[in-house]
Amino acid sequence: MDEIENKETVASTHKIGIYLWIWGLLFVLSFFSYMVDWFQFQGLLRWTLILIFMFLKAGLIMAFFMHLFWERYALVNVLLWPMTAIACFIGLMVAEAKYTVFTRLLYFFIGG
Amino acid sequence: MSDNSLKNLPGGFKGMSQDMGSDQTAFKGVQWGKVMMWIFLLSDTFIFSCFLISYMKGRTSTVVDWPNTSEVFSLHVNGVAVPLLLIAIMTFVLITSSGTMALAVKYGYEKNRKMCGWLILATAIGGLTFVGMQAFEWSKLIHEGVRPWENPFGAKQFGSFFFMITGFHGTHVSIGVIFLFIYSRKVFRGDFDKGKRGFFTSMKSDYVAIEILGLYWHFVDLVWVFIFAFFYLW
Repeated sequence: MDEIENKETVASTHKIGIYLWIWGLLFVLSFFSYMVDWFQFQGLLRWTLILIFMFLKAGLIMAFFMHLFWERYALVNVLLWPMTAIACFIGLMVAEAKYTVFTRLLYFFIGG
Repeated sequence: MSDNSLKNLPGGFKGMSQDMGSDQTAFKGVQWGKVMMWIFLLSDTFIFSCFLISYMKGRTSTVVDWPNTSEVFSLHVNGVAVPLLLIAIMTFVLITSSGTMALAVKYGYEKNRKMCGWLILATAIGGLTFVGMQAFEWSKLIHEGVRPWENPFGAKQFGSFFFMITGFHGTHVSIGVIFLFIYSRKVFRGDFDKGKRGFFTSMKSDYVAIEILGLYWHFVDLVWVFIFAFFYLW
């Protein structure tokens, strides 16, 4: 109960500091992700860094700029669960892409 | 947002099950327009996900090498090729405009009319700058011979995915800019302070509209985060 009360009173007028902090963090994270390309990191290191910075940025924007952190769970869950379906879809399509490239290599180059 | 009746409700998952099973408004304390905007953004998420997933599938299944994006999108400054320079500037411009929008929402709820209006105007100008730079990027690539069906740098699929994904995102930004200009005018005119009725829905204006507009604008920034990571950096 106390927690909700706090969240709601903050929700009506958030301190300007929190927005400026998130804003600054987004700039820093964007700068870092640009540096990934600048220093030409390759392979696993590149993918992990890109994904970490991407998810951090997306999370900060959604939680604070889009106020999801202060919303009730009823709304938050309606938004976040369909994303799980998208994640499953990505997994399926990764498998599908591997199969497609396998058949292309087999029939175009080796000759099945 | 500052609905007092919410204070007596439980939070977390217990609150969620109560809200959903309350046989009345499920999204308590959320104005209906805001719920609708969230639902719209969720459907838009699916559209952009489909684009990005098909891009992933196209890129991994091509037997020709994918173009090196940091070379394709490099910009020559004093004769030196700086990789992804324009894209980096576009990213920073969009984040800047997202920050001004967040502050506009805050000042809107505080009924600070002037500050809110100027910040929305700044957001609109940021968005316009972004679209301008995207138009420059498109014309540069078209000039270099990139088409939806071919390009001189490698895999043919590159062109179609590039124009489709950035084009759809650019359309979203352009629509957002139009609405930002309209709403900055409405704010300066004092529609939201007087509760003036809108010409289209004839409902009373409320500063919650600025938050809804903000949700859309942050979403455009959010999509760009993913496009930047997957299309340009990967």
